[in-house]
Parts: sequence; C-alpha cells; structure tokens
Amino acid sequence: MKRRFPVHILVFLAPAVLIYSIFMIYPLLDSLRFSLFAPVEGGGLRFVGLGNYQTLLNSPQWAPQLWNALSNNFVFFFIHMLVQNPIGLLLAALLSSRLVRSKAVYRALIFTPTVLSVVLVGFIWRMILSPLWGISGDFLNLIGLGSLDQPWLGQESTALVTLALVSVWQNVGIPMMLFLAALIGIPDELLEAARVDGATAWKVFWRIQFPLILPTVGVVAVLTFVGNFNAFDLIYSTQKAIAGPNFSTDIMGTFFFRTFFGFQLQPGNPTMGAAIAGVMLLVILTGVLMYFFGYQRRLQRIEL
Amino acid sequence: MQRPVATLAAHAVLLSYTALALFPVLLVLFNSVKARLAIFRTPYALPNAETFDLIGYDTVLGSANFPLYFRNSLTVTLVSLALILLVGSMAAFALSEYRFPGNVLLGLYLAVGIMIPIRLGTVSLLRMMVALGLTDTLLALILVYTASGVPLAVFILTQFMSQVPRDLKDAARIDGASEYRVYALVLPLVRPALGTVAVFNMIPIWNDLWFPLILASSEKTKTVVLGAQIFLGQYVNDWNAVLASLTLAVVPVVVLYIVFSRQLIRGLTSGSVK
Repeated sequence: MKRRFPVHILVFLAPAVLIYSIFMIYPLLDSLRFSLFAPVEGGGLRFVGLGNYQTLLNSPQWAPQLWNALSNNFVFFFIHMLVQNPIGLLLAALLSSRLVRSKAVYRALIFTPTVLSVVLVGFIWRMILSPLWGISGDFLNLIGLGSLDQPWLGQESTALVTLALVSVWQNVGIPMMLFLAALIGIPDELLEAARVDGATAWKVFWRIQFPLILPTVGVVAVLTFVGNFNAFDLIYSTQKAIAGPNFSTDIMGTFFFRTFFGFQLQPGNPTMGAAIAGVMLLVILTGVLMYFFGYQRRLQRIEL
Repeated sequence: MQRPVATLAAHAVLLSYTALALFPVLLVLFNSVKARLAIFRTPYALPNAETFDLIGYDTVLGSANFPLYFRNSLTVTLVSLALILLVGSMAAFALSEYRFPGNVLLGLYLAVGIMIPIRLGTVSLLRMMVALGLTDTLLALILVYTASGVPLAVFILTQFMSQVPRDLKDAARIDGASEYRVYALVLPLVRPALGTVAVFNMIPIWNDLWFPLILASSEKTKTVVLGAQIFLGQYVNDWNAVLASLTLAVVPVVVLYIVFSRQLIRGLTSGSVK
C-alpha cells in the first residue's frame, strides 16, 4: 500500500475540531483573559491582573454578593444531592426490580417533567404555590394542612429551598435513568445466586447492586454538581434576574447574568462578569477534578 | 406471584411519584383550554362543555408572533442536531478508525467540553458574535449549540463506532471503496447511538433560555421558550394566553420525546454513558 498524507483524516476531524475550538474553547479561554482587564474612564480597557478577582473577594460592594450567591448555590446543590439523587435511586431500584411490570410506562411518565421547559415548570409551580391564586391553599385546607399554605416563593427563608425542590421535581428523571441503566446492566446470574442463598431484596440491593453501581453514583454526583453551579434558567424564570426576595435565591448563574448585563440602575459590567464566570469555572473544575482524582481513582483501586 | 405485599408497595410508590410528576403538567394542559373564570374558580376541575374555551390559543396564535417563534425554535434545534450528528460522527469515525499521532490527546481535548459548560464563555461569545455581526441571528445560536453538543456526541459515537466489526470495513475497502464510502457505510450501523445523541441534545437546545436571551432576543429571532417567557411578563393577567403559550412551547419537545424515549433508554443501557 502506498503511504500518502492522510487527507481524509483531516477532512473527518476538521469540522468538529474547528467549530468546537472556535465557539467553545476559545470563548472560555478568552473570557478568562478578559477577566484580567477593567474598563478605564473614557472608554477602552486596561490590564489589571487579578484585580477583578480581588475586588470580587474583598470589596464591600461585591464580596457579600459573591458569598451569598456561592453559599446559596451550595444549598441548591446539597438539596439536589440529598433529595433528587436518593429519590432517583429509589425509583430506579423499583423499576429494575422484579416486582414491577409495565416499567416502560412509569419510566416515560416520571421522566416527563425533565423534558419540559423551565418557563413552564417555573410558572406552574409559582401558580400552585401562590397564595394569590390559592390553588395550593384550597387543596391543603381540603386535606387539613392549611397551615402549610404560605408564600413559599415570597419569603426569604423559604424561597431558595422551594426553588431547589422544584428543580429536583423537574430533574429527578436524569439520575433515575442513569441509575436504571446501571442496574439493568448487572448480570442476572449474580443476583440469582444471592437470592438462591436466601438473601432478601433489601440485602441484595445494598450488598450487591449498590456497590456495583458506585461508578454511576459518582457520575450522577458530578453531573449534579456541574449542572447546579451552571444553573440559571429556573431562578431567572420565576424570580427574574434580581433573584428575589432580597437576593435570597441568587445563585452564581443569576449573579453572573446580572453583573454582565446590569439590572435596574446598575450598568452591565462585562469584565466583572467575566471574573464571576472565572470563579464559576474554578468551582466547577474543582468539583470535576475531585471526582476524577478522588472518587473514580479510588474506585478503580478497589476494583483491582 | 412471590410477594404481593412488596409488589403492591412498589406500585404504590411508583404511582404516587408518577402522580406528583404529572399533576402540575396536566394542570397547565387542562386549564389552558378553560374559560377565564373557570381557571380561577375551579382550577382542579377538568374542562367540560360549559368551561371549554380555546380563547387563549386564539390570542397566542393571532396576536403574538408565535408561529414565527415556533419556526425559529424548530430551525435552531433541527439544524443544530443535524450539524452535531454530522460533524460529531465524522470526528468519531476518524478517532475510532485511524491510529495517528495525537489521537488520544485529541479525544481528550474534545472530551473536556462534556464537563465544562459553554455558558461560562458567554462574555466572550457575545463579543465575538457582535464582531462577526451575528447577534440576533439564528446562526449564532446554531453555532453555539453545535459547538457545545460536539463533545458528548464524539464521546458516545466513538465508543459505538469502535464496536463495528473490522471485516466489514475492510471488505468494503477491498472492493475499492474510498474512506468516505466506508464512513457512509458505518453510519447506518450506529443508528441507535445517533438517536441517543439526538435526544440528549434536543431537550436542552429546545428549552434553553440563556443563549436566546443573550444572543438572539430580537423579535425576528426569538425562540418559542424565550417568547413564552416574555409573553408571560406582558400578558401576566391574560391567563388563558399564558397557559396556551406555555402548552404550545412544550408540545413539540414532548412529542419528540415520546417518539425517541425508547432510543434514550436503549442508548443508556448499551453502555454509552458510563
């Protein structure tokens, strides 16, 4: 065979590599570079090194906002980890068990909220929870839980948790599907052997199935982390960019958006926005690297 | 049957969760076809002959530019999907088929984008689109979605393509097929994987609010989700119209989901996502 320069390899690779590099990798890097500049009066930009990051961390105008958004974002994330992923696991365990037939129907229906637009999800829950419309009030009075009728989205103390639970409601289908796929992948002989030995379903799950799907537990955790620290749509859709009441639902995504575009009297600040995106990138990278080097590596060692 | 109690309990849990998942959705759906007063007085009642009213849909389809938003969403979603599948499968073919220097490194480079959200590059993307004169065009959205969809597409398709038997491809080559022909031959063999990639990308693209808001918020280029969001702000008191617009905004993606849902679970279970 003649050796020629493999033009075809280039042809196959070029479109994907180019479009990905130009419209994804370059903007990410350029945005980081941009975060090292600040506008000067009269127009133009000047290099300020890590100045924007220092301002973000130290100035009384920015630092409280950053910590507020960051800690809210962690609350948002922990609620997903504590509520969404265990429920996803429970549903997947039930759907993969031999107890239930008609699995496909349940699976499809439970996944439905996940495909909906957040605009609809935000609106419908705001409607259900709104004291004005009273739709939940009537309902709760009906079942004798009238005291639960509160302006959940209007109170500083409850708005963030409520929105996190709405997001859980919408997204529980994702961990469910991933866990289900992993559980289905476990060879039947393995489970059969345990059952023959007289193990209960509970024991089979925790001693055999769960350890075997630990890799998926890690994937779900890291996907949840990345998704949550990149979240924006639901908060924006229900509470607008101002993330009310009194910024109690402000997370990194809304903080970034507000800073970048400005709101009300505050003009947009692209360089500061880029710095916030830089912080988000740092947080997300830390999470992803912890997963790869902490979790996945340890799992591999155990497997060996 | 082995344990009727356990079976019953399992069904009870699944049924109640299904109800929780569907109840809010049905609430929107049913109320969108009810008359204004009925929405407020009896929100939980099914529409009946007396309360049935399509006025919301009339308002939406008549007054607002909803048909246009619809076309925009369809164009952006379908063109982005087609591009993701095309360029993704080409790159995946090269990565799985040929050994060349930098093969592994390039695979890793493309995989980085699976975990890093493209939104973090928004500041720069907007500047770039302004410089290219692409703000308020659908092309801007298509380029962004394609770029962000490529990493997962390449990752999934590479795994599937490397499972296609060598003999098949070599037989074609002996018959004189060019490498491009071989690629065209492999493509139909990984159809399930293409379906999986399509479903994974379709939902977030159709539902995205961030990039339409930032890159293409003009009247001409609004997507249906952004249109519904803005509609919600303007017609806040016209509940019929709001509910109708929300229903319309989700119908296509729900239909596509129903069509593709088997593909989704099949793709997942064949080990494409680990």
